[in-house]
Amino acid sequence: MFEDGSIFNQLLVERLNYFIYVVLLLIGLWAMIAKNNLIKKLIGMSIFQTAIILFYVSIGVKEGATIPIYLPEHDPHGSHAQLDSNQTDLLSHGAKVLEASAVPNYTNPLPHVLMLTAIVVGVATLGLALSVCLRIYRGYGTVEEDELLEKLEREDSRKAGGSNKRRPRRRTPANKGGTAGQSKRGQTTEKTKSDKPTPRRRQASKSRTKTNGPAKEQPKSSNKENDKTKPVKRRRPAKKPKEDES
Amino acid sequence: MKKAAFILILCIGLLLAWAAKDFPSWGDPQSPASSSPVASHFIANTGVDTEVPNMVTAVLADYRGFDTMFETVVVFIAGLAVFSILRGGPKNRTRDREFVVDFEPDLIVTNTVRLIVPVIQIFALYVLAHGHVSPGGGFQGGVAMGASFILIALSWDLKTALARFPIERCFTVAALGIVIYAGIGLLSLFLGGEFLDYAHLAKIFPVSPEMARYHAMLGVEIGVGFTVTAIMFALYASLSTDGRMRDGL
Repeated sequence: MFEDGSIFNQLLVERLNYFIYVVLLLIGLWAMIAKNNLIKKLIGMSIFQTAIILFYVSIGVKEGATIPIYLPEHDPHGSHAQLDSNQTDLLSHGAKVLEASAVPNYTNPLPHVLMLTAIVVGVATLGLALSVCLRIYRGYGTVEEDELLEKLEREDSRKAGGSNKRRPRRRTPANKGGTAGQSKRGQTTEKTKSDKPTPRRRQASKSRTKTNGPAKEQPKSSNKENDKTKPVKRRRPAKKPKEDES
Repeated sequence: MKKAAFILILCIGLLLAWAAKDFPSWGDPQSPASSSPVASHFIANTGVDTEVPNMVTAVLADYRGFDTMFETVVVFIAGLAVFSILRGGPKNRTRDREFVVDFEPDLIVTNTVRLIVPVIQIFALYVLAHGHVSPGGGFQGGVAMGASFILIALSWDLKTALARFPIERCFTVAALGIVIYAGIGLLSLFLGGEFLDYAHLAKIFPVSPEMARYHAMLGVEIGVGFTVTAIMFALYASLSTDGRMRDGL
């Protein structure tokens, strides 16, 4: 199976780097296409980027060559130090064009240069994408793609109805399964019709079905007071299903 | 949908694997990338053109200087965009529900960071200043420097870090970095060369044209380092607080 010339030998032994790059690229592409969560899509984008960087760096590898920094015998300043005793002219010291026999001693600097800038720009674009995700979460209360599309659709039909006031809602554990699973396009018309009371109703059902909160349901006011007095530790309370003033 | 995506990805994977069989094998010195005339030119002539031993820096800051300048501008614009995306727009709803972060900075962590941050910063400056003789450069040094400020923010809180490096100053420093880079380019333009043709700086500095390129590369790298340091910290500060620049992590 792994004898010389077979496809497995060519792909998995001689060209393992390309195989790994293909696998990483596919993982990233899969995450970008098939995942529903925008953050997971971004993770996929980063994996994709890593695959490309690995590809570039691995084609820069050269057998028997060193990194693209001059060795002391080729270093313009290394030889300068050697000749300093009898060389006073600044222009005629050290540096000369490397002879052709020495060129194979160094790897190609270009892939490293290109990837150096690609990594930094990758960080910048990732930060930008994350900030857009944060804004989406702030406005719509979700980073799940299908819920987002549903909300956008609902907002569009509401705009057509006249009122264009946006009412973002936080995503809570209570309605997590429900919105993703059942309430698809079929319910949108019903929701737009009875739009006003929707949040309150949902909130009521939320507090009824809440099971993973504190052991006993407390009255609203005391719960709020509790939040203020109790020193909350590093974990943020914002993601908890808190009472919505709207 | 997922099935279609899976089939698509399977097809792409098979095509890529099939194409990979024609690629040069690992480390082949005869591969197109390793034997290209451009690569040989850079390897042979960097020393005589610029006197810089580190070819990567020479290609980055001199041969491809225009490209690197705009990479820096991209980083700057990304930082600015993150800041304004999170700051502006409709009312930030997280404002009404303040994140309550009430915790004591850990004694062991803060003291370790107190010891380690100066070392990180010195190392960052070393990486920056020796970028043209040894591995390193503006991007790497800048990231290390920015990481030291992020470390302060993580071990105390963001307020402590912002007291040392306010967000307004972040953008001033970032812009200053680009001004340094473009200024060196413009200076060589005014001295009769082309934009970013550092050799013409030898007309006003008492060095040979090659050494002028050597030193101009250091200046350019310092500009890059400024921008990257400031933008890394600005990205962290914006993203960790949802743009409010207080509390947060």
